[in-house]
Amino acid sequence: MKEYELVVGLEVHAQLATRTKLFCACGTDGFGQAPNSRICPVCTAQPGSLPVLNRRAVELGFQAALALDCEIKGSSIFARKNYFYPDLPKAYQISQYDRPFSENGRLTVALKDRAPRVIRIKRIHLEEDAGKLLHELGAAELDGSLVDFNRAGVPLIEIVTEPDLRSSEEAYAYLSALKEVVQFVGASRCDMEKGELRCDANVSVRPIGQEALGTRAEIKNLNSFKNVKDAVDHEFRRQVELVESGGTVVQETRLWDAEARVTRSLRSKEDAHDYRYFPDPDLPPLAADPNWVAELKAALPELPAARRARFSRTLGLSAYDAGVLTADRARADFFETAARSAPAGSSKVVANLFSTEILARLNAEGKSAEQIPFPPGHLGSLAGLVAAGSLSSKGAKDVLIRMWETGREPKDIVGDLGLAQVRDDEKVRAWVKEAVAANPKAAADLKGGKAAAIGALVGAVMKLSRGQADPGLVNALIREAVQE
Amino acid sequence: MTADLTALSAAGIAGAVRRGEASAEAVLDAHLTRVERLEPTLRAFLTVTRDRARAAARAVDEKRRSGGPLGPLAGVPVALKDNLQLEGVETTCASKILKGHVAAYDATAVARLKAADAVIVGKTNLDEFAMGSSTENSAFQRTANPWDPARVPGGSSGGSAAAAAARLCALSFGSDTGRSIRPPAAFCGVVGLKPTYGLVSRYGLVAFASSLDQIGPFARSVEDAALALSVVGGHDPMDSTCASAAPPPVPPIPPDLKGLRVGLPREYFISGLDPEVEKAVRGAVDVLKGLGASVREVSLPHTQYAIAVYYILAPSEASSNLARFDGIRYGFRDRSPRGLEELYERTRGAGFGPEVKRRIMLGTYALSSGYYDAYYAKARRVRALIARDFELAFRDVDLIACPTTPTPPFRFGEKTDDPVAMYLSDVFTIPSNLAGNASASLPCGLSAAGLPLGLQLVADRFGEAALFKAARAFEAARPFPALP
Repeated sequence: MKEYELVVGLEVHAQLATRTKLFCACGTDGFGQAPNSRICPVCTAQPGSLPVLNRRAVELGFQAALALDCEIKGSSIFARKNYFYPDLPKAYQISQYDRPFSENGRLTVALKDRAPRVIRIKRIHLEEDAGKLLHELGAAELDGSLVDFNRAGVPLIEIVTEPDLRSSEEAYAYLSALKEVVQFVGASRCDMEKGELRCDANVSVRPIGQEALGTRAEIKNLNSFKNVKDAVDHEFRRQVELVESGGTVVQETRLWDAEARVTRSLRSKEDAHDYRYFPDPDLPPLAADPNWVAELKAALPELPAARRARFSRTLGLSAYDAGVLTADRARADFFETAARSAPAGSSKVVANLFSTEILARLNAEGKSAEQIPFPPGHLGSLAGLVAAGSLSSKGAKDVLIRMWETGREPKDIVGDLGLAQVRDDEKVRAWVKEAVAANPKAAADLKGGKAAAIGALVGAVMKLSRGQADPGLVNALIREAVQE
Repeated sequence: MTADLTALSAAGIAGAVRRGEASAEAVLDAHLTRVERLEPTLRAFLTVTRDRARAAARAVDEKRRSGGPLGPLAGVPVALKDNLQLEGVETTCASKILKGHVAAYDATAVARLKAADAVIVGKTNLDEFAMGSSTENSAFQRTANPWDPARVPGGSSGGSAAAAAARLCALSFGSDTGRSIRPPAAFCGVVGLKPTYGLVSRYGLVAFASSLDQIGPFARSVEDAALALSVVGGHDPMDSTCASAAPPPVPPIPPDLKGLRVGLPREYFISGLDPEVEKAVRGAVDVLKGLGASVREVSLPHTQYAIAVYYILAPSEASSNLARFDGIRYGFRDRSPRGLEELYERTRGAGFGPEVKRRIMLGTYALSSGYYDAYYAKARRVRALIARDFELAFRDVDLIACPTTPTPPFRFGEKTDDPVAMYLSDVFTIPSNLAGNASASLPCGLSAAGLPLGLQLVADRFGEAALFKAARAFEAARPFPALP
């Protein structure tokens, strides 16, 4: 049996994080809202209505393209993709066809236990989303389907790779890296639950060593990265089995059935639509002012991979910790601002507090770093107090809880709670003396070499000091006291 | 006032209303009385908006009584071609597929008319979706030429042309994609202006061919046409193809036309040109000469391709623009389909008339994969050559003078069996739409049978000021009889 190689290209649709739709002023926040509550004459294609391009969508699209190392074209063209479907109000989708706004990008994809790979991005173009059919609801109430146009006209970018991916793991890793970048530059929120990120996969196989690409099948309906991985694996096996049993792969569109975990033929090449693309006469060519593009490029934030590397280099963080801290932009920004504001040498404490206490709290409340109810500077000062030894890590935890509730400065909270550690030798020595006197057996045991006996004495000091004595100092003074 | 208020010009009515010499309501009554009397013969209107018009007229009168500032069209009765959206009123495009469709919003031009205190009296008949040259393609009724009810008013804006000529309104509006304002103006003996592409917003004009469509006025004087343009023209953020240029102010009548260079295109004075038309146009050119203009021959060498180019580009765009009439969201829907395909087929099969279907099929074919380059793409290149012809000609002359139509108004049914003969009647007007320049038809005499004949003046893009100046001088030197 021949050995086969898998060849995959991905087409990803990402919803741009604009406030309004691509060609009208309707809100993009219609997901989960009352059907047809975000519509107007333009996005429902009332006769005579015309599209007006949303500049913010262009800006976000350009930013995503620049972050993916794409070239921004000086001029691009909106084209009409004509087909009939009830969710498509104009009976054409405004998209870009032979003149997309960007081409020739690349994304470096990290792989487990292997060298990273560079995946070429063929093109990125702007287009509008369609509405949504509500079959079940319509069938029950009206003996027919209903259409919700809240999503119609929502701005998307379509990001198309070259057929550079060679395994389902690479496809998965590419999607994760792509999502990270697009989310990080703020171009899309990429919430897959809300359909803000969707993927189609072009899959073919060829005998290892063969140059020419095999015939591809396009697989649709992949609504999670896991589904992409599984569908690609399934399709690889299906095509290899087909070829091995003497059949040929036909060019077709297949649907992934996530229940049955198989792909099924949707339509063949012969049945494919002729979309009759032509330049939309309602929209002038999109001109990209080179100065504006240069400004956008200069203003691009540091991308996650670069930031991760810098965090572990400059802060001495493990790759894992750096990864946790850069998982999204809000998180990384908050952390970095806090670390910068913290006194020298305490950034590691910031990282610890952030990746344990704060992330636990965010996870528990299902919130993102943007919703942390105090400024990053407060976390920096808190870390400073811990690093200087004036607050125990237990105390820091209590202060954080208060900061979360009140948003107040850690110093004030420490004062209010009386949490500041007592490091005054005289005071601590007095408590130690009292504790040794009250626990003669423990003191004798410790002196006799039973190291564990110190626990009872420390506990007694902590009780006397209401937890405020510096544990290091307490230990040292107890040892000193029993030796006398 | 005992004088006939319908004999006043639009400027005259606005002046009289502003000065309190006539009430807007009295002006409206005079026109509605004429509508009652003449409409059974003419059938220019698809909808007469009596109640709305009365409310609007009373509001104008009230505004005057309370001392409010009145707009430039105060109390002027205006009719709209029924492909312009007027909120709350049926917009049918004279098509069964839009029967019952009530507009959800005002076209920009309509909103500007309302803001100028015009009184909208109704929606006028047209060839279905503005596709035709005689208004015989209306799905609902045929409109008679007010000069001879056995003849067509021209098309597609036949209703608006007839209404203005017969003084059922003081001003009316049409749209012009290849002919639809100028030949009807010529046939009905009124002034008809196709403004430069981009001078009037298309927002709210039901699209036929987006790169060619322009809204323009019919009036009984050049002054009124210029006044109408000054109200509806100018930049509109809702139309991305609308220019930033403002329409010119209404010019005074110049004492002469010294220094004006007029070109006669060699290719327009051809065999097939009716001798009476040629005589009237040459007579009109002599009038311009008499006013001091210099006249020379110019060449527009690609004229012979204009009709072929038009009948590829306009149907291509129309096939896409008219796809939204699918029975899903508004207008007519077949009620007995089995499945979605049949819903589309039956709705569109029964909803569109034969000429509209013919053009949808032509355009669908021209845009099909495999034919696109040979038809659509090539036609676009030839269009650029036609535009270049005008550019070169306008280096040597300020205006081009030519016939508006090759013949006087023809009889009902004379050309309905031969679509190509009908198409050829637009040979003199289509080039201006392809080039996007300004052109107007002015009444220039009557045939022996007493039928109106039209002179077409063509100016460069945004050359309306020069066009109005020459047209006012011509009109003053060669007054045209009004209908009794």
